[in-house]
Amino acid sequence: MLARGLLAAAREGLSAAPGMTRSICTVKLPDLPYSYGALEPYISGHIMELHHAKHHAAYVANLNKALEQQAEAEAKGDVSKLITLQGAIKFNGGGHINHDIFWTNLIPAKDFEPPSGELKTMIEAQWKSLDSFISTFNAQTAAVQGSGWGWLGYNKGTGRLEITTMPNQDPLSVTGLVPLLGVDVWEHAYYLQYKNVRPDYLKAIWNVVNWKNVADRLAAAKQ
Amino acid sequence: MAFELPPLPYEYGTLEPHVDSMTMQIHHTKHHQAYVNNLNAALDKFPELKDLGLVDINKAVGTDKLPTEAATVIRNNGGGHYNHTFFWKVMTNPSNTNGPSGAAKEAIEAAFGSVDEMKTKFNAAAAGRFGSGWAWLGVKSDGSLAITSTPNQDNPLMSGLPDAAAMVPILGLDVWEHAYYLKYQNRRPEYIAAWWNVVNWEQVSANYEAAKAGTVPL
Repeated sequence: MLARGLLAAAREGLSAAPGMTRSICTVKLPDLPYSYGALEPYISGHIMELHHAKHHAAYVANLNKALEQQAEAEAKGDVSKLITLQGAIKFNGGGHINHDIFWTNLIPAKDFEPPSGELKTMIEAQWKSLDSFISTFNAQTAAVQGSGWGWLGYNKGTGRLEITTMPNQDPLSVTGLVPLLGVDVWEHAYYLQYKNVRPDYLKAIWNVVNWKNVADRLAAAKQ
Repeated sequence: MAFELPPLPYEYGTLEPHVDSMTMQIHHTKHHQAYVNNLNAALDKFPELKDLGLVDINKAVGTDKLPTEAATVIRNNGGGHYNHTFFWKVMTNPSNTNGPSGAAKEAIEAAFGSVDEMKTKFNAAAAGRFGSGWAWLGVKSDGSLAITSTPNQDNPLMSGLPDAAAMVPILGLDVWEHAYYLKYQNRRPEYIAAWWNVVNWEQVSANYEAAKAGTVPL
């Protein structure tokens, strides 16, 4: 985290109230917990490399740039500029948040374990079986128009799991649901391998879902 | 009368190396075909809408002319069918393309200062469209040219939509990832730059004349 607020304020001849330091947040591209080829044959190494090193990296770079511009605009009191930056922060911030979750939601097939414990109980209570949950999830996610994500989320209010979809890079958290498992259905997530056949990608990805990570997220949400 | 997938005016490989053959094949036979199939299925229950024709179906998006239960499906697939039918025709063999001429060229210069300035603005609209969508050059109701971009399969004919920048399109570019990913991957700006090599300026001029005469090119 960079603490530039006080320096900027001093340069501008403004005074900062005591204790009111404004910092710029800088986000970093996380490392993948596995190698690019580790999810083969379900998601190709080529896709994983582009997805991480190009797409996610671009969200990180563009978010950082937007946040820096936001800090400058804020220091100048340029509200109009702050407003024009909102789109870039939403697109790139959402892109970073979503992919940050996504990489942890996946695991090499050799380490795959089906859901167990509380997560399994909740899935079966709401959808009767894991298969039926997956069918429902895939039907909704395949139907996303254009770019977006399918999500399994946790509703703190009702204590229930929910399947939903979000457009573009809108993060699930803005709906109030806690994201547990996301499936990226932007065409960049599957096109090189599956072309237009999004349903084939959606069938394949369940071989590399990290249910332990999903369970950990659920446990954290319930605290 | 069901809608049909129109044939391409050229071979799948004609736009190489700027738009690759495999992309053209999948784009036409899979993506566009799916829009046609889904549109026909949606309109099965509303045969009077089929008689409206594709252009008027698009103009009806966002208005109460479309039944609520089919509005979204018609927006996505009626839009997709119009957009792609229009798109194939504004592209041509790269050796055919000479740049804008005549009335269309004058209109471009009047609105943007120069053809290069127009391309700069168009490129920005195309590169800046977040997620899936299209960039458009079109004729506004006052007769002048403007550039806009639309999300997903929306287009500027859909004047009933909120935030609609109503125009009659004369040139459009698909920036859904399926339009470029096989060859360009994440490098959308490279795709956009290459695409200018295959723009069918004769068709753009014909589209401009049609728009000025009050009809919608298709």
